[in-house]
Formats: sequence, C-alpha cells, structure tokens
Amino acid sequence: MSSLESTETKRFGISITPENKPIVIASGFVLVILAIGTGYTLATQGTATLLSPTYLLQQLQVGSFLGIVAAGMMLVILLGHIDLSVPWTVAASAMMATAVGGPAAIPVGLTVGLTVGLVNGFGVAYLRIPSMIFTLGVNAVMRGLMVAHTGGFAPQTAATDLMQWLAVGKVLGIPVAILVWAAVSVGMTVLLSRSAVGKSIYMIGNREAAAYLAGIPTRRVIVAAFALCGMASGLAGTLLAGYSTKAYQGMGDAYLLPAIAAVVIGGTHILGGRGRYLGTVVGVILVVLLNSVLSIMQLPEAGRQVIYGCVIILMLLVYGRGQKVTQ
Amino acid sequence: MKTRSAMTDLKIRASQNVGLLTAIAIFAVFYIFYNLNHPRGFSTAVLIQNSNEVYALAMVAMAQTLPVLLGGLDLSVGAVMTLVNTLASHVLNGTPFEMFLGFLACVAAGAACGFVNGCVVVYGRLQPIIATLATGAVYIGFALFLRPSPGGDVDGDLSWAMTNDLFEIAATYGFAENGEAAWFKTIAWIPTPLVLLILTAVLIWMPFRRSVTGRTVYAIGSGEGAAYMSGLNIDRAKIAAFTLGGLFAGLGGLYLALQTSSGNADIPQAGAYTLNSIAAVVVGGTSLLGGVGTAVGSIIGALVLRTISFNFRIFEIDPLLQPLIEGFVLLAAVSLGALRVLKVKNTLELFR
Repeated sequence: MSSLESTETKRFGISITPENKPIVIASGFVLVILAIGTGYTLATQGTATLLSPTYLLQQLQVGSFLGIVAAGMMLVILLGHIDLSVPWTVAASAMMATAVGGPAAIPVGLTVGLTVGLVNGFGVAYLRIPSMIFTLGVNAVMRGLMVAHTGGFAPQTAATDLMQWLAVGKVLGIPVAILVWAAVSVGMTVLLSRSAVGKSIYMIGNREAAAYLAGIPTRRVIVAAFALCGMASGLAGTLLAGYSTKAYQGMGDAYLLPAIAAVVIGGTHILGGRGRYLGTVVGVILVVLLNSVLSIMQLPEAGRQVIYGCVIILMLLVYGRGQKVTQ
Repeated sequence: MKTRSAMTDLKIRASQNVGLLTAIAIFAVFYIFYNLNHPRGFSTAVLIQNSNEVYALAMVAMAQTLPVLLGGLDLSVGAVMTLVNTLASHVLNGTPFEMFLGFLACVAAGAACGFVNGCVVVYGRLQPIIATLATGAVYIGFALFLRPSPGGDVDGDLSWAMTNDLFEIAATYGFAENGEAAWFKTIAWIPTPLVLLILTAVLIWMPFRRSVTGRTVYAIGSGEGAAYMSGLNIDRAKIAAFTLGGLFAGLGGLYLALQTSSGNADIPQAGAYTLNSIAAVVVGGTSLLGGVGTAVGSIIGALVLRTISFNFRIFEIDPLLQPLIEGFVLLAAVSLGALRVLKVKNTLELFR
C-alpha cells in the first residue's frame, strides 16, 4: 500500500494524497494563525510585525530546538514507540557539555544523548519492555544522576563560545540554529525516504512480526532509531545551553509534549508506520507560531493552555481520525 | 480430590497475577522494614501520615488503570486532579450543606473531564494518548483560571477530620460519644484516608468490574474486534471507563485540597502525578497492552512507590541521591517484565 501511494505521489507531483493531506491542512492553519496574529497587531499597533523577516527568522530560530527534538521523536513514533526520556536527556546533555567545556563540549553532549538512546533502544528492543514505561524509568534515572551531579542547583559552568555561536550566531543574516535544524532535516529526509533503515522503520511501525519475517533485523533498527532520537535530544540540549549560555534544572521539560504534538499534528500516526518528515517540520512551525501569537495577544497562561489544547484536538479531528472498528 | 482441584485453581489464579503478587510482596517487605526501623514504627501516627501521602497517588493510579485496560493511556489524569484540586479550594467551605454541594460539584467536575476525554476518544476516533495530551492542556488552563496563584479556603474542621483517624471524625462531628464510646474504640485508630481508599475500591471499582460495562472494558483491551463482534457496546464501555477514570482523578484532587487546605494549579506537579500514575499501574501488574490487571493492583503499585520514599526518610539518605535511587528502583521494577523474554520459545512471540 505504501509503495502504491508513493508511485501515486510521483505521478501527480504534490497532489493531495492521504499522506499529504495533514501537511496541506497544517500549512493552511499556519497561514491562518499568521493572518489572525497580523490582524491583531494591525488593529492594536498598526504594524504587521508578524510578517517581517526578522520576526519569522526569530521564530524559526526558537523553533529549531523543538524541531530537532521532534525529528528524533518522529523516528521513534514511526516505529510505534515513544520516548519519554527527552526532558532529562536534553538537560543532562546540556549540563555535561557545559561541565566539560572546551572543544570536547559538543561531542560530550551528543555522546550523552547517544548513550541514553542506546540504553532506551536496548530496553525496548531486546528486553521487550514497553517503551512508554522504560523510557519513563530512564528519564527518572537521568534526573537522579543530574540532581546528584549538580546538587540540585543550576550548574555554574557556562556554555562554550562554539555552542553559543551555534545557537545564537548568524551567517549571512540567517541564524545558525536554523541551519543546524536544516541539516538535521536533510539527514532525516534522506534517512526516511532514501535509505534501507528508513524503509525498515516504516515496516516495523506497520507490523514488527512481518518485518522480522521479511528478514529485517528489527531489533537493531529499533536500537538505531532510539539512539538517533537520543542524539537529537542531546544536540537540542547542547544548543539550548548555548542559547541561554548555561544549563539549568528542568530545561528539557518544555520539549516533550510539544514535540509529540508537533509530530502528530504533522500527520505521523501515533501508533507508527505512517507519516512524512515534512509534516513534522510544519507541525513544529505551527506549535511555535501558535505559542508566539498567543503571547503577542497577551493572553494569560490559562487561556493559552486552553487554546493550545483545543487547536491540537481540532487539527486531529480534521485529519487524524482512526478507523471505526467494524470487525 | 476436591482439595486438589482447589489447589490447582489457586495455582492458576496465582500464575495469572504474578505481577500483582510480586508488588504486594515488595510492598510488604519495604513497609515492614520501614516500620521496624522507624523510631515510632507500627504506631497510628505513622500510619496516618503514610496513608495521607498515599491517597492522592493511589486515586490517580486507579484513574490511569481504566484507559490502560482499554489498551490506551491517559495523559490528563494529573491535569484533572489539579483542576478538581483548584475547584475544591473554592467550594469546600461554608455551611455543611454548602460543603456537601461543593463536594458534589468536585466529583461531578472530575467525572465530566473524564466524560469529555471519553467522547473525544470515541466520537472523535482519536488515540487516547494524544487526545488526552490535548485535553490535559485544556484542563490545566481551566485550573489556572480558577487559581492563578496558590491559595484557597478549605473548611478547617473537614480538613482535620478527613486527614486523621476515625476518632477525630467522631470527635469533630460529635457522634459515638465524641469518639469515646466503647464499641468505637476498636476502630477509632484507623486512618480516615485508608478507610476512604478501601471504600473507593469496594464501592466504586468492584461493582464496576463485575458489571457488563466493566467486563466489556477488559474485552476491548484483549481484542477490540472480537469484543465488537460479540455484540458488546464498545462506545458505552469506553466512555464509562474514561468517566470513571476522571472521577477517580477528581477524588484524588479533592483529597489533595483537604490535605493542603488549599488549591494550586501546579503544572510540574500535575505532570509528575501523571507519570507516577503510569509507573504505579505497571508496578501493580497491569499490562500496558490492555486487558489484564486491576485498579486494586494500581493501589498496591502506588503504595510501593510511596513506601520506597518513606524508607529514604528513615535512613537519612543524602537527599541528592534520592531521585537517583528512586529512578533505579522504578527502572528495575518495570524491567521485571523482561523476564518474559527468557521464556519465549519462538522469536515471533516477542512481537506482540
């Protein structure tokens, strides 16, 4: 079925296939959010701040951290699993990277993420413990390690210059963080649509037993996907430390649920096997813009939470509905 | 002959509930160990304090059990608890009749949140995990409307009576000769939260489990298609399960308000309760795949999680190491499920 759809996509270019529908609708919704926000600023301040390149680039820069986390999360969700260890993987990478400092900072941050990902993958693929609960346990352990390491306070160590440059620097007027996100995105696109591992991930997400019988080393693919997800969290943590020039407790907490929301809004099925990477990018942009416009409108936190939740449900009701069980 | 078949019956039942029995054993060992080492171990005061700390988590864990039995997950239990907590901090005061109305409002609010979750899942045909992720944000938003900053006013007598032993209820509200009656003496030491916990399990959970709707929940978790083909009312059972889950979470929030005499729309706390509820459900022997487990098991799971922290206080473990030990215990507890891998004879059996 998946091959049928892909040939159809090739033949008609960007025609609206079931796989593209969420992306088209989510993109349309991004425009709606921009229009509403612009209408608001025109009415109150008389300027179209939201349409200025500075504002849009700034939003993309903020969104790139979420985008990198969501890219890793998408790999795991495509498998039909989930990674709840993101919050403290992000924080641990940031803390370790700043603690080590010097030229080794970024490799250390990535290694922390990779290690957590490998542990997650081992528990899920070989020990066959549901990812939901195993990654939850790993998250608790990482939190414990970091509390023991830092004494429960924000570490005093600062991010290296390279980390800060990657997070806030600019090349030809474009924030470097966006370029990092773009590089990750290119990697993800190649991985998912051009590589054998990518195809295996979709197959495992549809039915692991069938993938196994077809000769795919499913357990190794699962470990690889979790490892990449961990590395993505590690990279996001390292960049985030650069962005705020230091690491602090709970810095990753704000990235878990929005990342899952972005992936799902982008049309990836939460039970795995279906979804395109472009959708995740659109989902991230939607989540970031929605938050930004709501804060421009100076809504209290309460109203933002309610609208945020309602928008996710609304988006999913439009295209995320499952099949009714009839047999 | 008859005794032998009874023995085999017992054996089968035990083998079906290995997870739950392990949890009970772990709890018993940890709790006895705790009391043996506590300077005032096995005393009413310690028991009251412990039951107070357990009740809210136990309720949230029971709430989480129902969606998990369906094969889903509810990420909004902590949010529902928080919402009802903030509501209770507004309405649990005034005359006894007003307080009773307030109590009803809190219970209804919890059930309504669960009902909305159920409707979104059933009629919206969304996956529970992602639907409740969104509704959870909405409920937290409402909680923030009700309590932008922590505070509130909960009737002091009610709060005192509900978070102590039965004697204090009698003394506060003046029955059984202010708790001094001879017949009352034998039960006066029992902590109220413990009684409430048992009442919730016996009066709400047990009848639900035995009802057709309750058994349908189990059937859906085992195989939704088969349940549908058997003519069971799937939609009704799902909505009922989520509504009951919301009710349990609401009771947890209500109790939290009595315990702290205030309401607090604490987002990190809501998240922590949601995640701990999943852990408690799994430790209590309920399968995340659905169809296997009980809410009573989840109570035991909550007891296990809390008892571990009780022990920290006794042994004066460096507070900085406590989260690490808690994390490792949690990871080890859920990793017990990995023993299944060793028993698998055919690799295909792994991919369920």
